[in-house]
Amino acid sequence: MTEPLIYDLGSPGRAGIKMPDPDVPLADLPADLARDDLDLPEVSEVDVVRHYTRLSILNHSIDKGFYPLGSCTMKYNPRLNEDMARLPGLAAVHPYQDPETAQGALELMYETQEWLKEIGGFAGVSLQPSAGAQGEFTGILIMRAYHRDRGDTRRTRILIPDSAHGTNPASTTMSGLEVIEIPSDARGNVDLESLRAHCDDTVVGLMITNPNTLGLFEDQIVPIIELVHNCGGLVYGDGANLNALMGIVRPGDLGFDVMHYNLHKTFSTPHGGGGPGSGPVGVAEHLAPYLPGPLVDIVEGAESEGEMPRYQLVMPARSIGRMKAFYGNFGVIVRAYTYMMVNGSDGLRRVSEMAVLNANYLRARLRNTYHVPYDRVNMHEFVIEGRFADAPGIHALDISKRLMDYGMHPPTNYFPLIVHEALMIEPTETESKESLDAFCNAMVSIAREAREQPELLRDAPHSTPVGRLDEVRAARQLSLCCRPIANPD
Amino acid sequence: MSNWNIPTDLHYTKTDEWIKVDGQEALIGITDYAQDQLSDIVFVELPEVGTSYSANQSLGVVESVKAAADIHLPASGEIVATNNDLADTPEILNQDPYEGGWIVRVKLADPSEVDSLMDASAYTAYCDERG
Repeated sequence: MTEPLIYDLGSPGRAGIKMPDPDVPLADLPADLARDDLDLPEVSEVDVVRHYTRLSILNHSIDKGFYPLGSCTMKYNPRLNEDMARLPGLAAVHPYQDPETAQGALELMYETQEWLKEIGGFAGVSLQPSAGAQGEFTGILIMRAYHRDRGDTRRTRILIPDSAHGTNPASTTMSGLEVIEIPSDARGNVDLESLRAHCDDTVVGLMITNPNTLGLFEDQIVPIIELVHNCGGLVYGDGANLNALMGIVRPGDLGFDVMHYNLHKTFSTPHGGGGPGSGPVGVAEHLAPYLPGPLVDIVEGAESEGEMPRYQLVMPARSIGRMKAFYGNFGVIVRAYTYMMVNGSDGLRRVSEMAVLNANYLRARLRNTYHVPYDRVNMHEFVIEGRFADAPGIHALDISKRLMDYGMHPPTNYFPLIVHEALMIEPTETESKESLDAFCNAMVSIAREAREQPELLRDAPHSTPVGRLDEVRAARQLSLCCRPIANPD
Repeated sequence: MSNWNIPTDLHYTKTDEWIKVDGQEALIGITDYAQDQLSDIVFVELPEVGTSYSANQSLGVVESVKAAADIHLPASGEIVATNNDLADTPEILNQDPYEGGWIVRVKLADPSEVDSLMDASAYTAYCDERG
């Protein structure tokens, strides 16, 4: 890679901006707080802009190419969302502002709550949690609070299928509860007999993702939920895979007690650098008093047509409290609201239908080239094995790295753990048939290369700014720095 | 046919640990199959000496570039020693899982518990079945 570090650009004394002369008296910094050993780059504005623009081109993004990262729902982030989030009334609203002067922002939050309730089939929604994993954590705290409030303190265990997202056991452990792993059956669904054996009066609840991480719909979901409810436990839905279900089935109607939504997956808001995330939580009636707040509610209905009702921030009666400062990641909520408004209820159903159709199209095209361990009609994603009996030494990682040479982001690899050499593929609804075909063609070419020129895979990627990274060394040597750090002594 | 080294003088668990009994004590580690599935191991979390665990309880964690996995105790007992070489050179688990890569030494509560574990031929079949 030829791009230098920002520290290697510039020259001592060079500055990016010219500060105006001070219009207040100058004061010296306290001598004991001042330091002269802080190594900051001294660069002009144009050098900074060019440096980061060049770096951004080196990166892969959804704006640059196909991004079938399973479980992450890397759908396109519409530019209209950005326009709306930048409207001055929404971008400049201040959380300490008198709510009477921010009624439009509150209305937007209220409607987002209402629409998410409708999509999930829930009685209440809190927009507080600021990521999917925080949504999970919130859900567990709500379940725990519900049991404790009823004096039921024996319940300390959370049941989690072995196909679950890794965050599920992490959220459980963070809440001080014990994880019990439930195996999958031969069809890739929850093993009902094992679940039955673990359902007793020590169970706080079950955490389940539907469709699961194999991309399969839990077709025994109703008996699964009944089993858990019959032993007094609650059922938490990991809404990370909601992109397969919108407008088709409502988790609340299936009996889920609580679920989080990933606005940055299902509702097209950016991931990562363009984020932050947002993980609102929806609950059934009996859990609504425990939701984290504040929520937005109507405190005074509209008296005549054309008049706005009055919105206010309220704390639920037995709330578990706040999950973060202020009112959730408001800018993200604006983007998700825009997405829902643009699509409408029919459009959101169409989103899910197309996401499922695209994933099935890919599976059908790849199933003769790659082994599909659970080869049945899938939902919005599916899992293949990245290995070939007649190409020993080729692993899922090699296939992933080689795909980068074809200008595409690799699928999720080595997850879920229950599939050997897993490659988990989620195209989302935003891809055209042409881009799906280009991906299949690349995967078929790579399978051929694995037999004919395996070194092309083992040494991949060849066309990226940096080649194969040494992941082992990166994991073992945690102390990394671009230049020597001054000795703190 | 199995691709993994599975010594005949050890017993094995469904969660891919081995145990080598020596009187009242035993050495415990992870199998060649386990290290092969995990690929390059980068970190091992060891238990405190003196702690007691019941059979199948998790006593630590191995982490590779692919995944993290619990290490389960094949039979109940008290930890009498841990392999401190693993802290700096966890790759021993990949290179030499049955000798240099032992993880803990345990004082067994009931050595007869080991009889219910798989022998090498049963474990070989179990590995082949999973592929």
